[in-house]
Amino acid sequence: MGEVIVVTSGKGGVGKTTTTANIGAGLASMGCKVALVDADIGLRNLDVVLGLENRIVYDIVDVTSGNCRLRQALIKDKRLEGLHLLPAAQTKDKTAVSPEQMRELCGELKKEFDYIIIDCPAGIEQGFRNAVAGAEKAVVVTTPEVSAVRDADRIIGLLEAAGLYEPKLVINRIRLKMVRQGDMMSIEDIIDILAIDLLGVIPEDELIVITTNRGEAVVLDQNSRSGQAYRNITRRILGEEVPMVNLEEEDGFLKKLRKIIGLK
Amino acid sequence: MLEFLSRLFSRDNGSKNVAKERLRLVLVHDRTSISPQLLETLKADLIQVVSNYMEIDESALEVNLDSSGNTVALVANIPVKGMKRTANRRI
Ligand SMILES: Nc1ncnc2c1ncn2[C@@H]1O[C@H](COP(=O)(O)OP(=O)(O)OP(=O)(O)O)[C@@H](O)[C@H]1O
Ligand SMILES: [Mg+2]
Repeated sequence: MGEVIVVTSGKGGVGKTTTTANIGAGLASMGCKVALVDADIGLRNLDVVLGLENRIVYDIVDVTSGNCRLRQALIKDKRLEGLHLLPAAQTKDKTAVSPEQMRELCGELKKEFDYIIIDCPAGIEQGFRNAVAGAEKAVVVTTPEVSAVRDADRIIGLLEAAGLYEPKLVINRIRLKMVRQGDMMSIEDIIDILAIDLLGVIPEDELIVITTNRGEAVVLDQNSRSGQAYRNITRRILGEEVPMVNLEEEDGFLKKLRKIIGLK
Repeated sequence: MLEFLSRLFSRDNGSKNVAKERLRLVLVHDRTSISPQLLETLKADLIQVVSNYMEIDESALEVNLDSSGNTVALVANIPVKGMKRTANRRI
């Protein structure tokens, strides 16, 4: 039986879809059978992020309303053997699917896949309730900003109310230079405030924009920092103990200078 | 000069501290506003504890979080109907 993980955030645009795509591609590249479900009905995105937009025939609403079978709607990835996508409907609205239908769908997918990753829409309304309905575990994505962390806190409360305890945190778009200058909240600051376990930290990286432009997943890029960060997250999901790289390790020069002028 | 350098390299006066403080406050409000159950349980516990010492009017009991400026206070209004003799003995 597979495991259903929902990727949430509350605030929009913090990196849910990017994270869903990269965890999915990461797991598939390590040999897992993965189904990605785009639950952002009306704002379909996961297909373009994965470069699969031209292959869509049926969508999630076609499946839940019985227009086609689940197998027909699942799109196979071009490069990664085990990766599949169930696209969101673009023409319908979020009420086109019910939480009950989502639960059923996830139950069906679990029979065939090792991991089912659900890309949750922003917000706390029906789209959110649908996305979490069939999930067993949750990931909360945030960026180091007041509004994003605040919304993450709200989402953690709502996840727990929905029976999804102990969600794991992904901090996205961290900029070490700003953290060092004291102009961006650090990883410790955020963990301290939200009081949940860290799954991983993704640096701000132009390569994410570039790979997304091409419809590729940065997790497959062996030389990038963000790719490495997503590979670490993938391995942690697989149950491996991967130490958190201390992203805040200072450059030698700055550290020395601090010592010289008598700061810790 | 030293002051300039220390300001340049200190973590303490960056905007992240402002962010943290604002976040801390806003979450105190958010977290209480999303769980009226929590306030109810707190009320029940309060009644239990206070009843050990005095007779109170449970139906008129009020518990609220009061926020003004940058402080938040737990304000409880508990009408007392009478004191218990046992409470005197304990002291
Ligand atoms: N670490 C990063 N570095 C640079 N750009 C990033 C990073 N993470 C995400 N982005 C960019 O930020 C934008 C928003 O990301 P994404 O679509 O994944 O967010 P989302 O949470 O799914 O948004 P929505 O709430 O609208 O569904 C995208 O253009 C993406 O390429
Ligand atoms: Mg998205």
